[in-house]
Amino acid sequence: MKKSGIKIRLGEIAYARSGDKGSSANVAVFARKAEDYERLRQQLTEDVVKKFFDPLGVRKVTRYEARNLDALNFLLEGILGEGGSRSLRIDAQGKTLGQAILELTL
Amino acid sequence: MARAPLLVGNAQAFWGDDPDAPARLVRQRPDLDFLTLDYLAEVSLSIMAIQREKNPTCGYARDFVEVLRSLASSWRDGSRVKIISNAGGLNPVACGHACVAALAELGLGRLKVAAVYGDDILPIIKNSSDERYANWETGAPISTVRDRLTTANAYLGVDGVVSALRAGADIVVTGRVADASLTAAAAIAHFDWEPTDYNRIAGATVAGHMIECGTQACGGFSTDWLELPHSAEIGFPVVEILEDGSCIVTKPHLTGGSVNLRTVKEQLLYEIGDPGNYISPDATVSLLGIRLDQLAQDRVLIEGATGRPPTSQYKVSATYRDGYKAHAIITIFGRHAVLKARKCGENILHQLEQVGIKFERSLVECLGSGASVCGVEIPDHSADLLETVLRVSVADPRRDAVERFSRQIAPLVTAGPQGVTDYSAGRPKVQAVFGYWPTLVDKNLVQQEFEMIAAEAA
Repeated sequence: MKKSGIKIRLGEIAYARSGDKGSSANVAVFARKAEDYERLRQQLTEDVVKKFFDPLGVRKVTRYEARNLDALNFLLEGILGEGGSRSLRIDAQGKTLGQAILELTL
Repeated sequence: MARAPLLVGNAQAFWGDDPDAPARLVRQRPDLDFLTLDYLAEVSLSIMAIQREKNPTCGYARDFVEVLRSLASSWRDGSRVKIISNAGGLNPVACGHACVAALAELGLGRLKVAAVYGDDILPIIKNSSDERYANWETGAPISTVRDRLTTANAYLGVDGVVSALRAGADIVVTGRVADASLTAAAAIAHFDWEPTDYNRIAGATVAGHMIECGTQACGGFSTDWLELPHSAEIGFPVVEILEDGSCIVTKPHLTGGSVNLRTVKEQLLYEIGDPGNYISPDATVSLLGIRLDQLAQDRVLIEGATGRPPTSQYKVSATYRDGYKAHAIITIFGRHAVLKARKCGENILHQLEQVGIKFERSLVECLGSGASVCGVEIPDHSADLLETVLRVSVADPRRDAVERFSRQIAPLVTAGPQGVTDYSAGRPKVQAVFGYWPTLVDKNLVQQEFEMIAAEAA
């Protein structure tokens, strides 16, 4: 599965952006170099991202490809739990999810 | 011959953004055609609902009137900038009257003010049958919250704003209008596009989406933020919208931040689900054909957005009262800081249970140990942390129970571990909780209208 055989932190080859959508959030992951896009597409699957964010209670992960932007966009359903002002968490709006996914090891 | 591009800036991403930004941006770009200012989030409308309950002439962002005052000298110096803002909140007409009064006082009575409304559908939802207006995320029926609803606003599109601009308005205040539609409306009115010109409307919608979060288009909130030049003077964005619907994202000279391919890509996908189906009330937009080109420093061309006819329903954001909450924070320094902090948090909740208060929901977080994404597998240094911020949160329908919680933090200063500090902020504030209720409404049930606001007779 690991093409290069060397483990790297996602943040070494990608940058990211997260935002909230009600009780869901999106995280877009962008290849810094276009040649790394295929690696991201191979390794950063819905399952990998679902497993990574499981502790936050994500219900379902859907991945959308936007090759024109060198991006994979993940919709993380239910990850914010309560949504709106109900959430008690320090990050009620998914502001930190982009930084978090960059810590994932590929 | 191609017409000159339309220059639209944004200088307010949310209620509470930099109050000096609008006047500064207009000074930096005196050639600006339009300024869009965004004040609304789900919670802001709830706050406005409470203000309006107390006083029927309130319920809008009063800060907006101050912004008009701050722009007076630019207008006197010949600026022709027009303003489109959702500052009208729950009471756009009252907001419009306040603007007219302020402008008259400033000797700028020649500027015409219009109010756009029709988005407030609370009466429709309150009187509806149970089959409609289910929560689209959970499927729960509206009857579970109907008695507690505080706001229900449809995200309207460009129509009311376009009509107001065509009638000669210089300042348009709206209720809930989709953020990107504020910018799209300016382009449609200026270039006289047909309402079915979906590709060009899609392009202007993308332009609006790019600037609706203010400085985020200029590197704010970006991954590489630390590398931004002069982030203390970060600029607010300007889009130059071309007649074909493409646009150039830029920022004023001598401002900080950066408009480059990375910052633009990040913002393009901000809060987006399926990039092939970005649903605006004006068009269903695909971002998948977009091409970007860095034309010069801090100038990025966005072209190739495509549009299809919009859906037959408006997105609705409703809120309902859902009890009270409070968040307490206190700092703990020393060996085993996280273990100590967690124990302090648990002790607070235990002590309150001893006096008969068990909260509907509670949460103990130790900031500094990865609490923002608690449980996610990231390098964990919590055992080595010498310092953490304990954050204890509770929520409950009983206001007095939450009040009681707010008094249980200070005792830690003497009863807690050595190294407890920073209790200077005092008791945490008890806040009303507003639940979020996303739903949909058929477009034919909603009528968007505008009104030119006349100066009141002296």
